[in-house]
Amino acid sequence: MVTEYKEGSVGAEFNKREFKVVGTRPPRPDGVDKVTGRALFGADFTAPGMLHATVLRSPHAHARIVSIDTSGALAMDGVKAVVTSEDFVKQTSSGNQDTLDNCMARGKVFYDGHAIVAVAATSVKIANAALKLIKVEYEILPHETDVDAAMLDSAPVLHEGRKFRNIPEGNNANVSGYWEFGHGDMDEGFAKADIVIERSFKTAATHQGYIEPHATLATMGPDGRGEIWVCTQGQFMVRDLAAAFVGIEASQLRVTASEIGGGFGGKTTVYLEPVALALAKKSGRPVKMVMTREEVFRASGPTTSSSTDVKIGMTKDGRITAGQAKLRYQGGAFPNITAMLGAMTAFASYDLEAVQTQAWNVLTNRPKQAAYRAPGAPMAIYTVESVVDELCQKLGLDPLEVRLLNAAKKGTLSSYGPTFDEIGLVATLEAAKAHPHYAAPLGPNQGRGVSCGFWFNFAGNTSVSMNINEDGTVAVIEGNPDIGGSRASISMMAAEELGIPLEKVRTIVADTNAIGFNDVTDGSRVTFAVGLATIKAARAAIQNMCGRAAQIWGIDADAVDWVDGAAVPTGHNAGDFPPMSLAKIAADSAKTGGPIAGHFEVNADGAGVSFGVHLVDVEVDPETGFTEIKRYTVFQDAGKAIHPDYVEGQMQGGAVQGIGWALNEEYIYGEDGKLQNAGFLDYRIPVASDLPMIDAVILEIPNPGHPYGVRGVGETGIVPPLAAVANGVSHAAGVRMTELPMSPPRILAAIDGAK
Amino acid sequence: MRFESPDTIEQAIGLLNTCEGTSRVLAGGTDVLVQLRLALVEPELIVDIKHIAGMRDITAEDGGFRIGAAVSGAEMGEHADLVALWPGVVEAMELIGSTQVQGRATLAGNLCNASPAADSVPAMVAANAVATIVGPNGTRECPVADIPVSPSKTSLTKGEVITSIYLPARPDNSGDAYLRFIPRTEMDIAVSSAGVSLTINCDGVVTQARVSLGAVAPTVLVVEDASSAIIGTKLEDAAIATLQAACSAACNPIDDKRGTVEFRTKTAGVMAKRAALIAYSRAGGSK
Repeated sequence: MVTEYKEGSVGAEFNKREFKVVGTRPPRPDGVDKVTGRALFGADFTAPGMLHATVLRSPHAHARIVSIDTSGALAMDGVKAVVTSEDFVKQTSSGNQDTLDNCMARGKVFYDGHAIVAVAATSVKIANAALKLIKVEYEILPHETDVDAAMLDSAPVLHEGRKFRNIPEGNNANVSGYWEFGHGDMDEGFAKADIVIERSFKTAATHQGYIEPHATLATMGPDGRGEIWVCTQGQFMVRDLAAAFVGIEASQLRVTASEIGGGFGGKTTVYLEPVALALAKKSGRPVKMVMTREEVFRASGPTTSSSTDVKIGMTKDGRITAGQAKLRYQGGAFPNITAMLGAMTAFASYDLEAVQTQAWNVLTNRPKQAAYRAPGAPMAIYTVESVVDELCQKLGLDPLEVRLLNAAKKGTLSSYGPTFDEIGLVATLEAAKAHPHYAAPLGPNQGRGVSCGFWFNFAGNTSVSMNINEDGTVAVIEGNPDIGGSRASISMMAAEELGIPLEKVRTIVADTNAIGFNDVTDGSRVTFAVGLATIKAARAAIQNMCGRAAQIWGIDADAVDWVDGAAVPTGHNAGDFPPMSLAKIAADSAKTGGPIAGHFEVNADGAGVSFGVHLVDVEVDPETGFTEIKRYTVFQDAGKAIHPDYVEGQMQGGAVQGIGWALNEEYIYGEDGKLQNAGFLDYRIPVASDLPMIDAVILEIPNPGHPYGVRGVGETGIVPPLAAVANGVSHAAGVRMTELPMSPPRILAAIDGAK
Repeated sequence: MRFESPDTIEQAIGLLNTCEGTSRVLAGGTDVLVQLRLALVEPELIVDIKHIAGMRDITAEDGGFRIGAAVSGAEMGEHADLVALWPGVVEAMELIGSTQVQGRATLAGNLCNASPAADSVPAMVAANAVATIVGPNGTRECPVADIPVSPSKTSLTKGEVITSIYLPARPDNSGDAYLRFIPRTEMDIAVSSAGVSLTINCDGVVTQARVSLGAVAPTVLVVEDASSAIIGTKLEDAAIATLQAACSAACNPIDDKRGTVEFRTKTAGVMAKRAALIAYSRAGGSK
């Protein structure tokens, strides 16, 4: 369902227009390949003479590597190459060195599952047998996996002697990052409040849970030229890191992205790719690597876990007078900035006079975190929206009215610094308030939860090329793997701008040598930034085609307009010629100067923030603590929904992942620091029968920064569910829940404890 | 690894009895294949029993049903007379795994896997099911309750194979039910579970009952105090409360990633209470 928003705004890029293709729901272009099995995913690539490589991983949470003896493995029949950290090039940037050290441990292992040695052999079976012949001598060190415990002075230090920047006095050596944001006088703000609530919350680390494990095939010839085929969210990122790690130049490594079976942010870094390339270099043979599910859980990026203290003051009539949050995140053994994003987003939904957030990142003996949909925001906003809900509950106020009263809008100084332009929060809240869901009666043991959510969205480096084929069809070439329907949306925007039927356009994701640089597919950036570049590339091609028509007609190029897929004279004064179609201009292109193309390259800005509001009804079984999601409605500002099916899919998918995070998903570590649930049996993502249909209501408040008004929609949807479900459960169970996941044992203990 | 697919039970027993290393019997394979993939076991011999006559048959016998060792959960669910007689056993079997797993997984396999959390076992124990075992020394019968002896261990001796499971006849006005607690709605392993089988008289009074619990001890528990709590009652609230308390009192669970001792103990009683009410209703009782 798409709700039209009446007041369009006019910005630098946006122009209100009637759409012909944009906003329709054509079949997805990758559908036939995916249902017939023809689509090629990461593990589907093979090459003649290919070897298979597997990885020896640390059984310890924290240990110094005293020695590694690979001679037994190398002596085995069928083993062709072995690599350790010694086989890679030392990096000048600490971020790249961390990524490399995560791919292959150097000197120390930091977590259970940390890669130490990789073996390439003629079969997986031989490679695995060879791993057993490798002797690693460890000096086992004390470990810590809990965020709060790792901040204590008694905690074992992970990176001894390494100095992190801008860390205030009083923090131990595991604190790798500290940030603060806000404005206004906190004491004055809290003094104005009629009620102040302070609460502490914890959230568990969760995994992106993509169904396709990491997989790659690498080759490298004696000429030093390499190729990688890989399941990734960014072929350019893979190229740059893998080339740097094995010491070749970017142009010598061509990386091709496969179809992708889910990423959600987790495939924006490298794990296997540099290792496969190093093994290919050493063996002279193609090398394939595919993670098992257990490896995916133990050694690829989960998100951060968190521990947060929140304090919010409110007047009796629902005005928030001050908001404060102290957020402590751990994202494993290497530095990251997810806590900073948490501190920026925590209060973003509110127009506040006094707001302060502080964030710490703490190193622990867990795998290096990777991005996961709106990284940092879900757990931060969960804590703030829980306290706002409790304030509403205590004051007897309607939670949507209170949010409307305090909502950020155009002109609001945001809690993280910038002043908001056109944003859709108020419209989204009003849509939720007016929806039948909000007025529906609740049954026994049921509760309704509400939460707002926010994400910045990103734009970034983008390149698009467009070739006008002689038969009147159009090839769009872009450089971002399609993780959420971008090929469909890009084709639709190209068809719209060119004025031709959608069937005439095909968009492909090109390799790193076939198109200019693109940032990884992250920040919900592709429909916005690649869409923008596609529209501008189409405009370049149109300008070229108008010139061709002018040449044929013998008039000035600026006397030609482009209307409905054809060149036309701007008016009678320009000449009296019938429209000349794209197909006609393309067919004659050899006679008018040669092939016609358009391209556009930009480091884009103006992505346009996105807000969402979620409503959920839950039922809690008071005897078992089991939570059933009875009804769920998502309201989100899409700016402009290019392909509403995909937009709704993003909103639904975000909600479902958030529901899993809220109810059951968690990394469970034992006292020994080992991960206990490295599989989908005991790492419980929701199954289809756990969920009702998620209703999606798209709001369209145009983003001034995009020609069609597009905002990214991929991430905001995972932000509100944690608090929405927690608020619903708290109402249904009659006790405030402050720790995720709200697994049945935890809910039952809370219910029994409150009796 | 040797894979054999014999046509007769005698051949199967001969193969298993003469194998000097580790062997596995394969019926549905839904546990064996997982063990192989996880490299938990590298058997020297796998004997597929699906092609032996009778292994895939459900046969009416003396008012009950004999279920061959290779009959799948899906086949049981489609057998209307079996479902009518022992709905609780069938529903327990059908809770295991996905639709795909249901096409393969078997009662006998679930029993021989000897997991304390096996879904079909508490239901079979409540039903007084009996396994027929064939081995080098001939054929014997053994109550299902006596097959698992500890997690992953059974009382079967070398060369022995369960060929069928017999679900006995039962009086009119009988019903059974099985419930488990899992944190989601399917594709999971019981955190606690209960099977209840009972018979009522024409006044709705329970005359016979058997209550079993799963996942709360190393093997399935039969809770005599729980059955005696409801025999002679119409499952009034007090009787049900006594059954629930008796079940919780009988639990001897472990703390692990799937649930705490406290949680298992409490929910086992809740599952038993709810299963008893369903069984009572199936027996024709009204409350």
